[in-house]
Amino acid sequence: MDWKFIIFSLIKIAVVVGVVQGIVAYSVLAERKISAWIQDRVGPNRTAPPFMKFIPGGVFLTRLGIFQPLADGLKFLVKEDFTPAGVKKIYFFLAPAISVIPAMLTVAVIPFGSVIGDQKMVIADLNVGILYTFGIVSMGVYGIVLAGYAANSKYPMFGGIRSSAQMISYEISMGMSVIPVLLIVGNLNLGAIIGWQATHGWLVAYAPISFVIFMIASFAETNRTPFDLPEAETELVGGYHTEYGSMKFALFFLAEYSNMVSSSAMMVTLFFGGWTLPFWGLDHAATSLGMGLAHILVFIAKMLFFMIVFIWVRWMFPRFRYDQLMDLGWRRFLPLALVNILITAVWLWLRS
Amino acid sequence: MPVVVNRKVLTFWEKLYLPAIVGGLKVTLKHAYNTLFLGKVVTMEYPEQKWTLPTGYRGAPYLVKDQDNNTKCVSCQLCEFVCPPKAIRITPPGQNGQKADRTNAEKMPAEFEINMLRCIFCGFCQEVCPEEAIFLQKDYSLTGLSRSEMIYNKEKLLSLGGEVGGIQKWKLKLEEAKAQESFPVKP
Repeated sequence: MDWKFIIFSLIKIAVVVGVVQGIVAYSVLAERKISAWIQDRVGPNRTAPPFMKFIPGGVFLTRLGIFQPLADGLKFLVKEDFTPAGVKKIYFFLAPAISVIPAMLTVAVIPFGSVIGDQKMVIADLNVGILYTFGIVSMGVYGIVLAGYAANSKYPMFGGIRSSAQMISYEISMGMSVIPVLLIVGNLNLGAIIGWQATHGWLVAYAPISFVIFMIASFAETNRTPFDLPEAETELVGGYHTEYGSMKFALFFLAEYSNMVSSSAMMVTLFFGGWTLPFWGLDHAATSLGMGLAHILVFIAKMLFFMIVFIWVRWMFPRFRYDQLMDLGWRRFLPLALVNILITAVWLWLRS
Repeated sequence: MPVVVNRKVLTFWEKLYLPAIVGGLKVTLKHAYNTLFLGKVVTMEYPEQKWTLPTGYRGAPYLVKDQDNNTKCVSCQLCEFVCPPKAIRITPPGQNGQKADRTNAEKMPAEFEINMLRCIFCGFCQEVCPEEAIFLQKDYSLTGLSRSEMIYNKEKLLSLGGEVGGIQKWKLKLEEAKAQESFPVKP
C-alpha cells in the first residue's frame, strides 16, 4: 500500500462521487424537463439568481432551468427535519442511509475511462466486478424495506413488502441475464469486458436478449416506472417514503437516481463498449491526456443516453399490476434468461 | 346475472408488448418534438401572458363615473344590503352632507368601502344598482401587503372604475322624456 495509490484513489473517489451527485441533481431536472416536453408543458424555467438576466445566454439557461437543482437542494437542506410520532426511530433514521450507501458504492467498480497518466480510471479494479455490483445492488432493498417497516404505517409497509418481493425476483433474472456475457468474455473484471468489446465489437450484438432482460430488470431494480410499485403514488400515497420529509426524503431520491446512474453505467459497460468507440481511434487505452478525457466523455455521453431512456420510459408506461410484475419476472424472464444461457453456451461450444 | 366480457385474444406479436412499446415511444417522442421545436405548448406563462377576458367577465367591482366625470352612486345602499359576504360598507352623507356631483341626483356617498378580501365577485351589487354605478370589471388579481390595504375606499374605487360608456340610463330617460314632450299634439 503506497501513498501514491491512496492519494490517487481518494482523488478519484472525490471526483466520481462529485460527478455522480452532479449527474443525479441534473437528472432530476432532466426528469422534470423531459416529462414537461412529453406532456406539452414547459417545465421549470424561472429559478435564477437575479443577475442572470444581465449575462448573455443567462436568459436561455434560466429557461432551461439550470438553477432549479440548486434551489431544490437548498430547499431540502433548510426544510424542517420532521419525525412523525410513532415511527421506529432508529430504523427511521437508518433507512435513508442504508438505501443511499449501496447506491453510491456501485459506481466504485465501473471503469469510467481508460487511463490518465499511469492511473486507471476506475476506483477499484476488482477481478469480481460484476459479482461485487450484484452484491451491493441487492443490499439496496434493505433501505426500502426498512423504511417501510420503520414508518409504522400501512402504506409504507405495503411499499416495503412490494419492493422486497420485486427486487429479489428481478435480481435473479438480472443475474441470469449477465451470465451469457460472462460466458462470451470469460472474465468477471469489468475492465476486461470492455477490452474484449474493443476488439470484438459491442456485446449487445452478441447477447441482445441478455441486454433486453438486463435493461428491464434494472428498471425494476431502480423502482422506476413501469415497475414503481414500491412508490406507487396513485395507490400507496408515496409508498415506502410516505412518512419521510426534507433531507431524509431527499436521500431516498438521491438513492433512486444514483441507482439509475449506476444501472446506466453497468449497461454501457456490459453491452455498449464502456468508454470505447469503434472509430476515431478511441478503441484502445489512452496514450495522451486528451484521449483519456475523451474516453471519460464518451462514457458519460453513453451513460446519459441511457439515463434519458430511463426518464423517457417513465413518462410513457402505465404501472404493471403486482401479479403481472411477478408473472413477467418469474415466468417470462427467468426461463428466457435460462434458455439464453443454454443457447449461448451451445453456440460457444460449437465454435470452439 | 354476471356479464362475461370477452377479452380480445392477443396474437403472439401483440403478447410481446413490443409493438405497444414502440407505439408509446413514438407518441411521446412526437409530443416532445412538437413542444421543443414547434412550440406547441399548452402552458400559459402567467404573469407575462394573460387570458383575454370575455365580455361579461365578473372581476372586482368598482364604482364608475358618468360621462361628465361625476359620481354615479347615489348612496341608496341597495348593494350594501344585497352583498352576501357583507363586503360593502357605505357611509351616507347625512342631512347636511356634501351634495351630489351631478344635478339630477340628491346625494352621493361620503365614503364607499369594498373589502376585497371579503368580496366574492358575485355581481349582485351590479345587478341591484338602480344607477348603474357599480360594475364588475376585469381585474381578478388583487394583491396587497396588509388587510387594511385591501379595503378599497371610494376614491380608489372611482379611480379604478373609470367611466363605463355605453350604458347611460339617464340619457336614455332624458331622450324618452323629450320624445314625450315633443309628442306631436294633434289638434
